[in-house]
Amino acid sequence: MAETKLMKGNEAMAEAAILAGCDAYFGYPITPQSEVLEYLAREMPKHGRVVMQAESEVASINMVYGAAGAGFRAMTSSSSPGISLMQEGISYLAGAELPCLIVNVNRAGPGLGTIQPGQGDYFQSTKGGGHGDYRLIVLAPSSVQEMADFVYLGFDLADKYRNPVLMLSDGAIGQMMEKVTFHPYTVPEKNKPWATVGKPETRERNYITSLFIQPERMEVHNQKLEAKFKQIRENEVRFEEINTDDAEYIFVAYGLSARICQKAMDLAREKGIKVGLFRPITLFPYPYQRLNELADKTKFMLSVELNSGQMVEDVRLGVNGKIPVEFFGRLGGMLPTPEDIVHQLETLMQHHGNR
Amino acid sequence: MLEELIVAGFGGQGVLSLGMTLAYAGMVEEKEISWMPSYGPEMRGGTANCITIISDNKISSPIISQFDSAIVLNQPSMDKFAPRVKRGGLLLYESANILKPSTRTDIDIIGIPAATEALQMKNAKIMNMIVLGAYLHLKPVVKIDSILEALKKVLPEKYHHLLEINHQALMKGSELVHELAVF
Repeated sequence: MAETKLMKGNEAMAEAAILAGCDAYFGYPITPQSEVLEYLAREMPKHGRVVMQAESEVASINMVYGAAGAGFRAMTSSSSPGISLMQEGISYLAGAELPCLIVNVNRAGPGLGTIQPGQGDYFQSTKGGGHGDYRLIVLAPSSVQEMADFVYLGFDLADKYRNPVLMLSDGAIGQMMEKVTFHPYTVPEKNKPWATVGKPETRERNYITSLFIQPERMEVHNQKLEAKFKQIRENEVRFEEINTDDAEYIFVAYGLSARICQKAMDLAREKGIKVGLFRPITLFPYPYQRLNELADKTKFMLSVELNSGQMVEDVRLGVNGKIPVEFFGRLGGMLPTPEDIVHQLETLMQHHGNR
Repeated sequence: MLEELIVAGFGGQGVLSLGMTLAYAGMVEEKEISWMPSYGPEMRGGTANCITIISDNKISSPIISQFDSAIVLNQPSMDKFAPRVKRGGLLLYESANILKPSTRTDIDIIGIPAATEALQMKNAKIMNMIVLGAYLHLKPVVKIDSILEALKKVLPEKYHHLLEINHQALMKGSELVHELAVF
């Protein structure tokens, strides 16, 4: 059986990268995820892998482009301001259909903001971030275990769809220690006939680019990407439900917020309030359909986020007007307490006349 | 069993390693654990804290605002966290560093001169282990043996010669509480 360890989320993610067969990591230190680069700089060379501290985040993401283009499992990680710097490169990666894993250990913004946890990068992560029509597959871990598990999943999904995958974590999940078990994982054999690894006589030249200067060809490329995103929407939706069976009210939250909501749910249930928790695991593709189904038997939903109200827009799209969708959040790296959330729930219950 | 604890004090007092040792000991006993350190501006300004949760069941939120127990090692931490101990909970403090303990009457407030004792044992750094020993006497959430097992993991091998003095420190903390004869 796999050994269980006590690790920080950032370290668990780094260890999982090694086990997932990550060939190359490029990064630039930034709080609250500098442990990733530190850990990999120490451990990756032992496995004959590449680690490079780039001169900037712009360089990191373009190094990822190069390594991914050559067919390697490539990865970078950063925190909010660093991820902003990478957006041009991420758009190019998506345009050129290069698989890679990008990890954002979200801190509070905008600007340099603060190093404390936040979820203000939801829009950036799920609605584009860089320019042009593209989507990232976005995974939102809410535990140290998932920080590890989603590295494997992220690399696999990236390869499956030839698309960048973003793991959207936050400062608290990155910094906290919990138990983590590294489940056995077999690194798939490299099967990337499109990679630029030198042209043999037997085939045409491989060509990796996001440049299609003729609009007719660009549109064909766009349509191909869209077909892929449609397939991702159909096949890769992931979420977790707790106590939604008998729930009259539902908290919707991802990542750290979902953990705090779980405690709030326990406190509210002790008071006899039937509340459940819906936790999107993929933020793209978003579980719109399941939310729509749940809305049929729920009085209202409360989206709890560490921002000024971003995911709540997707909850509303899912619910599509069937029931009220409310929002509660804290900003600036401040966190709501479970008691705050219960108080908000009770206030809303009175407001909606459901008490 | 569910124990929600905060440990707080100045950087360098061994605040984070106290919580981490306890967390590792919880793992030795196959309990669920979560250890959430402060890593923000307060740490850079000299104070540090960590929330350590040990439970028989899966832990929901790693971040909480009310605690079953608080271990505080300096005055700012006493002032900040004493009001956040749950009614009937435990507030354990280092009495050489804290001159004004909380005046609450609905919680158990215990002060021990761990810093002074550590100096008498000729190693100021084991103050945190004296406090941990005292805490475990009051709240035996894990066994001392598990702490010793955990220390082997927390301490790099080159420091394993310090395991013995850590053990003595844990015992000293336990004695100090015992001598208070309150419990």
